[in-house]
Amino acid sequence: MAKPRTLFDKIWANHVVRTEDDGTALIYIDLHLAHEVTSPQAFAGLREAGRKLRRPDRTLAVADHNIPTTDRSKGIEDPESRLQVETLEANVKEFGVPYFPVDDIRQGIVHIIGPEQGLTQPGMTVVCGDSHTSTHGAFGALAFGIGTSEVEHVFATQTLVQKPAKNMRVTVKGAPPAGTTAKDLILAIIGKIGTAGGTGHVIEFAGDAIKNLSMEGRMTVCNMSIEAGARAGMIAPDETTFEYLKGKPYAPKAGAWEQAVQYWSSLPSDPGAVYDTEVELDAADIVPYVTWGTSPQDALPITATVPKAEDFPDPDRQAGIARSIEYMGLTGGMPIQDIKVDTVFIGSCTNGRLEDIRAAAAIAKGRKVASSVKALVVPGSGLVKEAAEAEGLDKILIEAGFEWREPGCSMCLAMNADKLKPGERSASTSNRNFEGRQGPGGRTHLVSPAMAAAAAIKGHLADVREFLA
Amino acid sequence: MRKFTTFTGVAAPMPAQNIDTDKVIPARFLKTIERKGLGKHLFNDMRYNTDGTEKEGFILNQPAYRNAEVLVVGDNFGCGSSREHAPWALSDFGVKCLIGTDFADIFFNNSSKNGMLLIKLPKPIVDALMEDAKLGANARLTIDLEAQEITRPNGEVVKFEVDPFKRHSLLNGLDDIGLTFKNKEDITSYESKDGSSRPWMPSLAAE
Ligand code: SF4
Repeated sequence: MAKPRTLFDKIWANHVVRTEDDGTALIYIDLHLAHEVTSPQAFAGLREAGRKLRRPDRTLAVADHNIPTTDRSKGIEDPESRLQVETLEANVKEFGVPYFPVDDIRQGIVHIIGPEQGLTQPGMTVVCGDSHTSTHGAFGALAFGIGTSEVEHVFATQTLVQKPAKNMRVTVKGAPPAGTTAKDLILAIIGKIGTAGGTGHVIEFAGDAIKNLSMEGRMTVCNMSIEAGARAGMIAPDETTFEYLKGKPYAPKAGAWEQAVQYWSSLPSDPGAVYDTEVELDAADIVPYVTWGTSPQDALPITATVPKAEDFPDPDRQAGIARSIEYMGLTGGMPIQDIKVDTVFIGSCTNGRLEDIRAAAAIAKGRKVASSVKALVVPGSGLVKEAAEAEGLDKILIEAGFEWREPGCSMCLAMNADKLKPGERSASTSNRNFEGRQGPGGRTHLVSPAMAAAAAIKGHLADVREFLA
Repeated sequence: MRKFTTFTGVAAPMPAQNIDTDKVIPARFLKTIERKGLGKHLFNDMRYNTDGTEKEGFILNQPAYRNAEVLVVGDNFGCGSSREHAPWALSDFGVKCLIGTDFADIFFNNSSKNGMLLIKLPKPIVDALMEDAKLGANARLTIDLEAQEITRPNGEVVKFEVDPFKRHSLLNGLDDIGLTFKNKEDITSYESKDGSSRPWMPSLAAE
């Protein structure tokens, strides 16, 4: 009998174009997404070498990082941001790359629009010059971020030179308690394995708590695989996946659909497949989480206190904790719920989908954002925005005192005008709490959309479960 | 890509763990459409005060380390984003080699594609080299990729392992795309086989 294989093993084997003696393989790429920040130097490289795009039909470009989330009719004020977007527009014309322009309803964050259009499908290889490409792994695709040299390599050859990754399985068994969302699961996982815990591995997320998530929730989990150091994250495709894909613009059409589903159904890991590393968590133990420090692994239950540096034996770790506490303007031992916030950001490729906006609106409904807080909701795409408005979520949020913006990356990385000022503190649904990520000197606490809404209303980090009664 | 040749240069110690790509080059400096010129913003927020003056305590601002060509770094250096701006900034500053126990995957790949050598060594050896790097103007290491050897200031030689493919590309300054083009026929035959086995795959040709 053939050796049992994992989901990753199968997708890998299906995409090997050739293998070298040392195990390095040339891997075929099914879908390449590109944005304005990591592509200009790649296009320039093609131009210098007189090379063309090999598969424009499998490439999609969109501008998301730099674009304003307020009135778009005025264009982009910042000259450098404008230049990047204009450069992308010139490049897509020159090289014949399919492109969703800024005024297209389908425009949005690259990792939101791929799934939304049905472009991301099980068993595919998906790459983008962006580490959160791991999001697409929620469909049972092998999806990972690449650097600009590799972007150029895929443009020219539709392949990448890769070494196979190790297999890791993170099983979250059982059912989570009320108030716990996909974001809390992944924060708890990163808190447990650390930001280097997945280095060299592709993580397969499994277990009932994962299986019972919607596609949106699964994307949130896979999105942050990179924060656990993994090359990619993935979840076995199942009925939930097929149901989500059915009828999407680029999903297989009737006739081809059955054939596709049959193939997709063959992808989940075989019983008895062996993983290089296994981690198990019990969902019942996972309450709403929040990060207190400047690394995503600094994640704790909302009911916890900020750690004290002296509690850590390793001197390097001790110095790191002390540095984080100082940067974040906190005191070791203080309750996390006493931390006041000035800004709340709901959006990003982690939590900028319809389900996320619904979760925020459910908490915001009939309540008011604290007067000391500036709160913004930035939908992940034009279509998410449209769907939310059709449900009246924008009205609920605006009524509560949230700002309702145009789609884009926005305050997730502060390349556009949305940023924290030095010393300002946010509760944010994005994925990175690095120093200065949301603006120089800014302080970030990562939370779920419901927890972000709760923080907006209370004016400090708060336990969303108080709102559920 | 430039060839990696043996050199002797000053090594700077950066023992902090988890130095992420946002620390290497904050996102607001990614608004460039070129590869060059990022060196002045390398480690920007660690290196400069908000008014643009240099932070005295930062290692690369100290006279002995201003032209450091090697960084001895803490665990998990380069975690975070896939942006190649991080290796571009390091390389533009003049860094040719990083030594640590462990690097984030994408950063590791991106660096070698830009002619930089990243050396992974066990913790006790990295610790010893970290001590060497604290010697100021005497913190000079010789990096010989051909022989896979680091020579310490005291003359002692440390061996290191490196992926043979990466070593070959670095030593010869080879461009990956050129190498892959040699296998164009394999790509074409993969495409024709795959086109018939997965006919439902999406096409963006109409966009
Ligand atoms: S939303 Fe944030 S993490 Fe996602 S692609 Fe944009 S900048 Fe990157």
